[in-house]
Amino acid sequence: MNYIQFLEMRPEISLLAIFVIIFTYDLIARGKWRHYFHPITCLLLMLHTGICMSESYREIDIFSGMYYTNSMIGILKTILTGGTVLLVLQANKWLRSANTTHKQGEFYTLLLSTLLGMYIMISARHFLLFFIGMELASLPLACLVAFDKYRHHSAEAGVKYILSSMFTSAVMLYGISFLYGTTGTLYFQEMTSGIDGSPLQIFALTLFFAGMGFKISLVPFHMWTADTYQGAPTVVSSYLSVISKGAAAFTLMTILIKVFAPMIEYWQIILYALTVLSITIANLFAIRQTDLKRFMAFSSISQAGYIMLAVIGGAKDGMSALVFYVLVYIFANLAVFGIIETIEHQTRSNVSRDDCNALYKTNPRLTLLMTLALFSLAGIPPFAGFFSKFFVFMSAFKAGFWILVFIALINTVISLYYYLLIVKAMYITPNETPIPTFNSSKYSRISCVICLAGIVLLGICSFVFEEIDRISFGM
Amino acid sequence: MNILNLFILIPIVMLLALWASRNLRQIRSVMVVGSTMLLALSVYLTIDFISQRNAGTDTPFLYTDSMTWYEPLNICYSIGVDGISVAMILLSAIIVFTGTFASWRLQPLTKEFFLWFVLLSLGVFGFFISLDMFTMFMFYETALIPMYLLIGVWGSGRKEYSAMKLTLMLMGGSAFLLMGILGIYFGSGATTMHIQEIAEMANIPTQVQYIFFPITFLGFGVLGALFPFHTWSPDGHASAPTSVSMLHAGVLMKLGGYGCFRIAMYLLPQAAEDLSWIFIILTTISVVYGALSAISQTDLKYINAYSSVSHCGLVLFALLMMTRTSCTGAILQMLSHGLMTALFFALIGMIYGRTHTRDIRELSGLMKIMPFLSVGYIIAGLANLGLPGFSGFIAEMTIFVGSFEQPDLFHRTVTIIACTSIVITAVYILRVVGKILYGTIKNEHHLALTDATWDERFTVICLIICVAGLGIAPMWVSDLINGGVSNIFTILHP
Repeated sequence: MNYIQFLEMRPEISLLAIFVIIFTYDLIARGKWRHYFHPITCLLLMLHTGICMSESYREIDIFSGMYYTNSMIGILKTILTGGTVLLVLQANKWLRSANTTHKQGEFYTLLLSTLLGMYIMISARHFLLFFIGMELASLPLACLVAFDKYRHHSAEAGVKYILSSMFTSAVMLYGISFLYGTTGTLYFQEMTSGIDGSPLQIFALTLFFAGMGFKISLVPFHMWTADTYQGAPTVVSSYLSVISKGAAAFTLMTILIKVFAPMIEYWQIILYALTVLSITIANLFAIRQTDLKRFMAFSSISQAGYIMLAVIGGAKDGMSALVFYVLVYIFANLAVFGIIETIEHQTRSNVSRDDCNALYKTNPRLTLLMTLALFSLAGIPPFAGFFSKFFVFMSAFKAGFWILVFIALINTVISLYYYLLIVKAMYITPNETPIPTFNSSKYSRISCVICLAGIVLLGICSFVFEEIDRISFGM
Repeated sequence: MNILNLFILIPIVMLLALWASRNLRQIRSVMVVGSTMLLALSVYLTIDFISQRNAGTDTPFLYTDSMTWYEPLNICYSIGVDGISVAMILLSAIIVFTGTFASWRLQPLTKEFFLWFVLLSLGVFGFFISLDMFTMFMFYETALIPMYLLIGVWGSGRKEYSAMKLTLMLMGGSAFLLMGILGIYFGSGATTMHIQEIAEMANIPTQVQYIFFPITFLGFGVLGALFPFHTWSPDGHASAPTSVSMLHAGVLMKLGGYGCFRIAMYLLPQAAEDLSWIFIILTTISVVYGALSAISQTDLKYINAYSSVSHCGLVLFALLMMTRTSCTGAILQMLSHGLMTALFFALIGMIYGRTHTRDIRELSGLMKIMPFLSVGYIIAGLANLGLPGFSGFIAEMTIFVGSFEQPDLFHRTVTIIACTSIVITAVYILRVVGKILYGTIKNEHHLALTDATWDERFTVICLIICVAGLGIAPMWVSDLINGGVSNIFTILHP
């Protein structure tokens, strides 16, 4: 065995090391040392991001082909880790509140184990490993959703999440068993040759989509999303909406192009329907929401639909569009959730759209950041969201899905409407008693500035996309 | 450095300076310095462009520059201007300059207003200098979105409704447009986004053209107030604050006509030839219907908004007639309408700022109270109805002469129908002038009102000089435009 191979697993190894450090620290740290818990975690995670990013990855199979990595996967892991760092920065105030401060360690360890699960899920080239990764990414998330256990909604959200998660996992496993039955292997590489589009395999594909559809929260597997996002602590909602979704979307794409490549016409039909449904239905529901977290839940479902536009072609440029979209989406969505989180600390309850009325008068900078983030989500230039949406449309158009692109484009106008409703509330709607001026914590301010930089610069600095495009792969 | 880059850099610097400025005085000085620089730059560009043309350079675009931006997708930052874009840049610079003075006393949130205002002009300038479809589209959308906040926050009347309606309709248009751009890009073999290169390759299959010409034309047509997608325009104009109305009617609506010409017709010439009849009918309806609607309105801004629908319809109409003369006329009409409407909206804003009503039934005898504004209004009105000596006459004359050059019955019939708008225009202009400027003063409070202040006089005089200048000496402008039009016609009518 060549041990140097394990260097390519450095994201997993270093994450595991951090996990152990934090776990031990949680056990032994007392008194003022607990005060340093948050900064130490942030530093460790930043260090970890550096390790992930450090240099290009070799293309390599480890464990007789169960684990695979290349530069693209390495980049994606870096992106997900970077997003998690931003998220932990934003979580600072919430973690120090009376109900959660003693559970800080648990939060970090649970969060990191889901991240580890996602790493494994992305890198898996064997369905068993993939399934383990997916479960590792899902189960701790259920605990995180129910983290504010004294809040009624949080517990309810946790139950909803765990039940639907378990159900879809079972369905998916059932699908995988069919695949194993028809091809006689669980390795992606060997399975492809056995895929011939037989009815059983079509059935298996459908069940597989149900499982992934749940993770990415595509319509009609989205029922849990709104309630869970609303009930979960804001940090966790934002984690669910960006990191978890990004990892799952990428995995879906790799499995579709690696395993189900011979069945492309089948999965394109399924994906077509899921995309249209997700974008349209989520948009129509989002219009009616007044609770901001619920609103963001539907917005994230429709964004997931846009991500699927990149998947549907199964080509190289689709993958670069997907990863770029996820990257931009992380910045924009984390900015919005970060702001919701800070406002939540002022209102002490869930934030509704009316709470934002005339926010500009009292908190101009926060409002401006929120506006830019919403514009980026809606795909307004010169912000990064415009570029990522354009690339996604371009890749789907190239694959020949004109009508789909057109439907998606019409939907961007609808989505603009509901994003503008928030902008309108913040700038235009008169309000005698807006939320008074407040200062957010310096950690969340740092993360906001990073998000802002991402939103403004990612589109203009083309080298990010070019770099992603250079290493992406397709069918 | 290519001086066209300055048209983007100056607004960016202005944005940063505005962001940093602390009081009204600083904001005003940033705006005055910035917009003066833009105006000076565009005048210099015009003069230099003409002298280069006279010196004999005959490449289709001057000041070209290209920088690869997104290499895998063939997206470049390509800039360059021909006569049409130079004229449009000059127009935009004039409107931005006068718009700054027209919103001299705007309250509250002056800083934020100018931030969005400058972002809008950044989009406009960027659009006119771009030769790459992607950057063009990007600047197009950049110019649209500030309208929402400009109207929503600083507007009057049903501002929230109008702002939302305007933004959504225009964004709907740009959704069509994006579809068209992707269709053109992939139809031409997905090798370049550069307009000139696509036009020279001329390899888009006719079937593809038939699909994407209507989509692209419609996309730009929404902004050009094409019937039946013009409904955002009256509401939007009526609710917008003065300088935004000026910029919007004066410049932003021209983006539609310019885009139709530069992208839809230039890049999809075969479909433009075959399918133009659909849009000719729609634009004829715009021209006549807009003018008729203006007659029945009582709000000054609505009257002018519908008049804009009619005049912008005439721009698209003339473009679709596809003769050299009519297309030159269309560009002249864009310039003339831009200046006239800006003048109109500026004056209406000033009158409204004093009387607090725009209803023509409540206004009368203003000539005695504010002679300066009233004379300005009469001049704007006369220019609008096409009195010789002003820009409107030149433009409409060229358009109708050019349109009549088309020998077949259909084109001649619609030309005659469209000609009736001249008469209708005279009706609504003279009616308003007679009603609000002359007669006895009914409202006693109006007697206490004052005439224009220095900044208002400055705005009005600048615009009147431009309108009259274009009317008296149209030849240099039409020479300027001719080169650009000829270049497009090498593709359109080979």
